[in-house]
Amino acid sequence: MASAEPAAPRGAARLFAAPLSLLMRLVDWPMSALQRLIGERRMAYVFLLPNIAFFGLFVFLPLIINVVFSVTGGTELFPSQRPFVGGEQYAYLFDCGSFLDPNSCREDHFWRGVANTARFTVFQVTAMVLFSLVTAVVLNMRIRARGFFRAVYFFPVLLSPVVVALTWKWILQRDGLLNAGITSLGGERILFLVDPSWAMFWIVFVSVWAHMGFYTLILLAGLQAIPADLYEAAEMDATPRWRVFWRITLPLLWPNMIVVIVLALIKGVQTFDEVFVLTGGGPGTATLMVVHYIYETAFSNQVQNFGLAAAASVVLGVVLFALTLAQLAAGSRKGAA
Amino acid sequence: MQSKHWMSALALGASLIAGAAQAQTTVRIAWYSDGNEGEVVSDLLKRFEAQNKDIKVVLDQVPYKAITENLPVQLASGQGPDIARVVDLGGIARYALDLRPYLKDAAYWDTNFGPFLPWMRPAGDDKAITGFMTQLTVTGPLVNKTLFEQAGIAMPGAKASWDDWAKAAKAVATKVQAPFPVAMDRSGHRFFGLAVSEGAQVFDAKGEPAVIDDGFKRAAQRVFDWHKDGVMAKELWGSVSGAAYRGANDEFKNAQVVMYVSGSWQIAQFDKTVGNAFDWVAAPSPCGAVACTGMPGGAGLVAIKATKSPEAVAKVMEYLASEPVLSEFYARSLFVPGHLGIAAKGLDYKDASAQAKAALKVFSDQVANLSPVAYKLQGYVNNRIIFNAAISRVGQAISGETTLDEAYKRIASDVEQQIAERNKK
Repeated sequence: MASAEPAAPRGAARLFAAPLSLLMRLVDWPMSALQRLIGERRMAYVFLLPNIAFFGLFVFLPLIINVVFSVTGGTELFPSQRPFVGGEQYAYLFDCGSFLDPNSCREDHFWRGVANTARFTVFQVTAMVLFSLVTAVVLNMRIRARGFFRAVYFFPVLLSPVVVALTWKWILQRDGLLNAGITSLGGERILFLVDPSWAMFWIVFVSVWAHMGFYTLILLAGLQAIPADLYEAAEMDATPRWRVFWRITLPLLWPNMIVVIVLALIKGVQTFDEVFVLTGGGPGTATLMVVHYIYETAFSNQVQNFGLAAAASVVLGVVLFALTLAQLAAGSRKGAA
Repeated sequence: MQSKHWMSALALGASLIAGAAQAQTTVRIAWYSDGNEGEVVSDLLKRFEAQNKDIKVVLDQVPYKAITENLPVQLASGQGPDIARVVDLGGIARYALDLRPYLKDAAYWDTNFGPFLPWMRPAGDDKAITGFMTQLTVTGPLVNKTLFEQAGIAMPGAKASWDDWAKAAKAVATKVQAPFPVAMDRSGHRFFGLAVSEGAQVFDAKGEPAVIDDGFKRAAQRVFDWHKDGVMAKELWGSVSGAAYRGANDEFKNAQVVMYVSGSWQIAQFDKTVGNAFDWVAAPSPCGAVACTGMPGGAGLVAIKATKSPEAVAKVMEYLASEPVLSEFYARSLFVPGHLGIAAKGLDYKDASAQAKAALKVFSDQVANLSPVAYKLQGYVNNRIIFNAAISRVGQAISGETTLDEAYKRIASDVEQQIAERNKK
């Protein structure tokens, strides 16, 4: 019969036991008094308050300031010194003949950024999900040095995006490693980061390479949660492997897949640092992303157009909010399942 | 008893030290470097501190990008250094401190920095002294002489045209298999050297920007065609987007560039980095349809209005702008002087190699040939709006996204929109 008494703390835990107990005793009195005063149910809000204040200060307040900036003009930094222009910045952004043709838009760079971001996100998410899934499935098998391979695939996630981009720039530039290989085999140099199609391909590739490990980990966790007896039953029935994957693995992994897809989508839309270092948005504007456009409009141009950048940020924020809602909806369905 | 004396002496000493420390004023300088000028100014400031115990000067050496992108935001928020070395003279002018009331001898500044003072003045002010030029720069070509010799092709002479240079550089590059016949910094300053030489007027009769004219179009078409013909490689103008600056320093010092259109500020750097690897020379500005001119420019050391110690700032500025100190600064950093007195006397660049000295002479001689349009553009408060719009849109045309005609329309509308935004009050 198990004892109801909690086990005595050992080792390091014993070191902290005394000060913790002292702290608890110190906090106990005011908390109990507060609980008596406002009631047990309202105490929950007291515990939520510090975090709400923190988020308010560092997330919601800047968000509100951003919205305020988006309806002002000029180049002053303080909102009080900026003239109110209403929806002028939005009107300027959305002044388009056709939203599918950036050339027909007054602010064509913004729409080129939107088009590039959409293209990048579609390719990147598709590739990311596909490669992460294959990698997770393989790393879930009983292969030799499985732990080593799991670490290898996760390693790029630990690197700074700037390091990733600089490493790949070193590989892809005119006199880079890849061209050295091509020319040593008698081939012609390829200007990977100067040709628009190649540049888009490589930013997708580098992005997938850098972040795949994270999504692989999520899918691996999902794969390991699938009960082994289902596979055993399928094996006893001599079910073909593709059918097992299609009928057991994929449906049970689907909630994780949804999380991966939505997270990758959000991250894809926010892409900036790797592309900024690798191609600088070029050639031309072939890899200019929305976030890069916002940065350039607000900080790089001589006229630091905070109003227009803020309006573009609000538009981006709305898209990200919609994607976050999708993730929450997917998450709740997963919970229901 | 004796220990009491000790204690009193210690206390007195400590309070004196604390007092002295409290009386010391700190002046912060934000400084970027193209070559060795950060080291030189650091030496000079140590001497200043030794002579002025009441002022401590902190030299923050920052990247060029921090000066062009972060500093304006800092200044707009009322923060920032007391002094900054800047290139966007017109853009920063509204945050600049008028030193005139604090200077011992304002006439010295008027006499020696006169033509450059308006570049750093806020719009509508014709009197303020806000800083001085740490160097006067002139854009122009640096040529790899060794590659010309290896190819057995004669270098074009003093009055050679852009076409002559492009043809010769292409022939040399083909013969010695250099990937960059002509490289031009992806920078508005460099482009407008060419544009003004082709006849670009930039402003209309009222002095308002009218960027697109026949001269501008000739220059844009030339740069566009050079990319098509392989005279210029796409890695510079066609590789990044927007107003991003892209130089060819690495390519030049690796002997991959035959002719590099950059400017006088590169001399110190190439003197050090190229060394004896190959011979390089500065060439006079090539001629366009109208003139043989580059663009003047440079970096100004500007006092910042938000400073809490204007007197100390003025003292530091007076010291750095004084003739002996500035002479040493220019001579050691191999810069063309932005001080009329020093320029008239001539400078002995005694630490420079023979080729650096020769290059400095070529660029110094070019100052007299600069077009008035080039000076006007350099002094225009919104010049970087024009520069950025030009490189951004011409870059798009080069990479095949738009046509040149479309680029011209966009340049005009970008300039108009950004100036209107700046004027919103």
